[in-house]
Amino acid sequence: MSARIATQGRLIDRSRPITFTFNGRRLHGLAGDTLASALLANDQVMLGRSYKFHRPRGLIASGPEEPNALVGLGEGPRFEPNQRATTTELFDGLVATSQNHWPSLDLDIGAVNAALARFFPAGFYYKTFMWPRDFWKKVYEPVIRRAAGLGAAPKEPDPDSYEHFHAFTDVLVIGGGVAGLQAAKVAAQAGAKVLLIEQSPHWGGRTPVDGGTVDGEPVETFVEKTVAELALMENVTLRTRCMGAGVYDHGYVLGYERLTDHAPLAGGPRHRLWRIRARRIVTATGAIERPLPFAGNDVPGVMLASAMRDYVVNWGVAPGQRVIVVTNNDDAYRTAITLKRAGLDVLRILDVRNAGGGALMEEAYALGIRIDCGRAIARVSGGKRVAKVAICAHEGEGGALEEVACDAVAMSGGWSPAVHLWSHCGGKLIWDETQAHFRPDTARPPTGADGEGFVIPAGAASGELSLDGVLSDADATGKYAAKAVGCKLKRTKVPTCAGPEEAPMRPVWLMPERARVALRNKAFLDYQNDVKVSDIQLAAREGYESVEHTKRYTTLGMATDQGKLSNINGLATLADALGSPVPEVGTTTFRPPWTPISMGAIAGEARGEIFQPLRRTPMHGWHEANGAHWEPVGQWRRPYAYPRPGESLHDAVMREVKNTRQSLGLLDASTLGKMIVKGPDAGRFLDMLYTNMMSSLKPGKCRYGLMCSENGFLIDDGVVARLDDETFLCHTTTGGAERIHAHMEEWLQCEWWDWQVHVANVTEQFAQIAVVGPKARALLEKLGGMDVSREALPFMEWRAGELADFPVRVFRISFSGELSYEIAVPASQGLALWELLMNEGAEFGIAPYGTEALHVMRAEKGFIMIGDETDGTVIPQDLGLGWAISKKKDDYLGKRAQQRPHMTDPNRWKLVGLETLDGSVLPDGAYAVAEGVNENGQRKVQGRVTSTYFSPTLGRGIAMGLVLHGPDRMGEVLEFPGTDGRSIKARIVSPVFYDKDGERQNV
Amino acid sequence: MLILHCPYCGVDADETELAPGGEAHLKRAGPDSSDEEFHDYLFARENPRGVHFERWRHAAGCGKWFHAARDTATLEVFGTYPAQTTEPPREIRARISVRRPGWTWREFS
Repeated sequence: MSARIATQGRLIDRSRPITFTFNGRRLHGLAGDTLASALLANDQVMLGRSYKFHRPRGLIASGPEEPNALVGLGEGPRFEPNQRATTTELFDGLVATSQNHWPSLDLDIGAVNAALARFFPAGFYYKTFMWPRDFWKKVYEPVIRRAAGLGAAPKEPDPDSYEHFHAFTDVLVIGGGVAGLQAAKVAAQAGAKVLLIEQSPHWGGRTPVDGGTVDGEPVETFVEKTVAELALMENVTLRTRCMGAGVYDHGYVLGYERLTDHAPLAGGPRHRLWRIRARRIVTATGAIERPLPFAGNDVPGVMLASAMRDYVVNWGVAPGQRVIVVTNNDDAYRTAITLKRAGLDVLRILDVRNAGGGALMEEAYALGIRIDCGRAIARVSGGKRVAKVAICAHEGEGGALEEVACDAVAMSGGWSPAVHLWSHCGGKLIWDETQAHFRPDTARPPTGADGEGFVIPAGAASGELSLDGVLSDADATGKYAAKAVGCKLKRTKVPTCAGPEEAPMRPVWLMPERARVALRNKAFLDYQNDVKVSDIQLAAREGYESVEHTKRYTTLGMATDQGKLSNINGLATLADALGSPVPEVGTTTFRPPWTPISMGAIAGEARGEIFQPLRRTPMHGWHEANGAHWEPVGQWRRPYAYPRPGESLHDAVMREVKNTRQSLGLLDASTLGKMIVKGPDAGRFLDMLYTNMMSSLKPGKCRYGLMCSENGFLIDDGVVARLDDETFLCHTTTGGAERIHAHMEEWLQCEWWDWQVHVANVTEQFAQIAVVGPKARALLEKLGGMDVSREALPFMEWRAGELADFPVRVFRISFSGELSYEIAVPASQGLALWELLMNEGAEFGIAPYGTEALHVMRAEKGFIMIGDETDGTVIPQDLGLGWAISKKKDDYLGKRAQQRPHMTDPNRWKLVGLETLDGSVLPDGAYAVAEGVNENGQRKVQGRVTSTYFSPTLGRGIAMGLVLHGPDRMGEVLEFPGTDGRSIKARIVSPVFYDKDGERQNV
Repeated sequence: MLILHCPYCGVDADETELAPGGEAHLKRAGPDSSDEEFHDYLFARENPRGVHFERWRHAAGCGKWFHAARDTATLEVFGTYPAQTTEPPREIRARISVRRPGWTWREFS
């Protein structure tokens, strides 16, 4: 059984008990425990079930590389799935639940998958769920979705807060083990600004567990002293519980700090995302021990040797009472020695090396531990925990020599440097034949803006596995980084370390070497995704040679642990199956983050109201107070309509249209873009930007203009007013203001930089109010001031003046077809003018109208709307706007493009009006079908609806659409199938449904 | 997340402040151009692994367009310069020659 022991436990406080629950059961732990160590202390060896076969699984590791011990944490809106028990600090009241089983952890129906394992080979999904095609939607997808995925997402909003933090530093050291501490210290001593971050709550990494001496003192003393020294240095910032999540271009790093996960009652943000720019990054990220691929290496109780040592030394927990150690290197002897000294029974050390190990073996031997060299594990048996081990010769097929009953197995397949952060931004790796691992190739680092490498690995992360090697490498790395950022090095002493001499390891990619298929079928590589040695071998036989393809085919390394334990073993297995050397097969790509980070941290403060800034017109508050139903338009909110009590939205729109056409309507048009284009070359510039001639426009006059991209497509429209000889005011669409401003700047700065023109975006400087309807003039005349008569201010002209003492520019332009004045006032006076107009207009029946009434009225008039009639593939010629394209100009943006054959093709769909035969409203975007089917078996089409409304003016549905040869087919009836099985018939008519001669706007 | 120096306002701007504008030093093909010339102007772009010249706009800063010479593979930046030029300045080209002897890009070297 696993249990707390009386000795050891350097991280726990035995005087501070803690209560928590696991699957509803109240359990006790100690301050300093992780959830993993506390569960183990409660003899909870089995912690979950695997993803595919639902096999019982327990702890393999003690850190972030853990693939099995994933639990759901918390409750309600704070519930989080897939949290690693090994990195979860225990606190009073913690609630954890196991995952991926039904109905319970102990009794799981899905475990039947394991019995059917031979029907779930590599690439199972690809092979099985192929046909019949119809089965996808109704059968395969729902089944796969239910079976797939670990844990469940919470449904309520996250109640915690998160923040982003920007940091700049000379040297960022990632990892606070002995290497990181030493590198940070020497860089700081040289004067560099240093930020040192460590993912766990503790400094020193795993060295205090492994032992050794530095400058004659225990390594733990070295850690304490160095941390104390660093804490006193003003140029050093230290952070624990802060993980280096990803390294990106030009020294950009994301740090993920978990502030209150361990203390949920503390105030402040839960997580903080550090957005760090560092001139040099030292990755002191240590190394990860590899499992050994033998049959039953996933039975709960089989654990990495280093992890077993961690549980004993750090938390005083024995994962088992009678333990077998299996190894291909010297390091696992440390585990055997530690366990033995803690009073546990170490039954056997199985060392695959025929000559065994070095000094550590001697020490284990002296302690009376039995050591069998050249031996291996044939199979581990036991259901929900280890029961016995079959021992065999390593250089064989797995014939058992004897069976030994035990309750835990410690395995070590050697160590792989954690190269993830080195690799994120392109750092290359080399294969180290002696250690059988990939380590950073420091000759090929990721490079920064200066062309120099900006990531430097230190210690075990660079492949140094002895304490002496780690510290001298870290010392050199810290100095190198400091020098690279321009610091002058101080002469400092490199620490001298003592540790045992170690014998070379022996690579093991399959145990025993020639294991039979029955054993290979149970030898797991990727625990979380249930990928076995046999799966990789099958993939190789089926022709998968690229490691990236094999990964996706077998799902090796694709789980939430991203293959931290499985990658090297997996690709070595593939290399073996292909008969290629390991470095030739290579690794898959390492991508951020190092371990998953919370969505909350990524979002930071950007949620709720401040997710996106809201732009408000000067009259926004008035609209709100008067019941506006909002429509988001870009970052603005515009009133869609102003429904009255008891009135539906649709009815409100109908009323607003009728009222405006019959009496008087008021529209807040402030969001329309307003660009001042000024300078001696302003006219020439606008002639290039618009398809029309703008330079000939007289001051005081307005002209509707079209803007195209260089590719010929229509991108914006609006009315241009000439303010004086050198100055134009260009109106853009609401959503287009910033884009068109940028478009103007781009051409001015990059192509016609010698033209004397300035552009200013004054959109927010003015409020703009459209006074629309037959009684518009009467209202303005009542206000008094400037002459707004037909003679003084004709249609498509503008005047500056005063209205009721407001300084205004009045534009006689109309987007509704009615008599219409658009009045611009300084933004600060917009609300006052609006309120005055509302008050004075009462006698004329004034009512505000929103964007939907605007849309209906412009559609009744056949006016196009950018984004409805255009979608980036439409040219003005498609829309019957040829009249707005100057024939006199040599050039404008889009002119050359519009001469290309496909732009002049008579088969381009053209704008027409559509009138339903039954008066109903066509569905938006509906297609007009033609005879026959295309090569995909779909009905051929000959047009589509671009705008569609119910017209209260005409009392029927009206629409605009683009139709093949449309303008030549007036009166023809088209068929528009809906999505509900019904078809609607509509007749092709002129797009101008109302007041075809424009008499109403011209009064 | 590149950092590029804005030659106008002098800021070392983070990529979040910048808007990319594609290849630099395009020559506009006007109404008199052939189909092929116009096609190349609009669509044919260099796609080098190595030295490249790009347009960037300091969009969330001073608003100015500038050019950057950089290596697309190593992310080394050889220099940035104002957009009001039809070809890379001599000193930028010299700097690239020091770091990448024998480089060529379109008609430039």
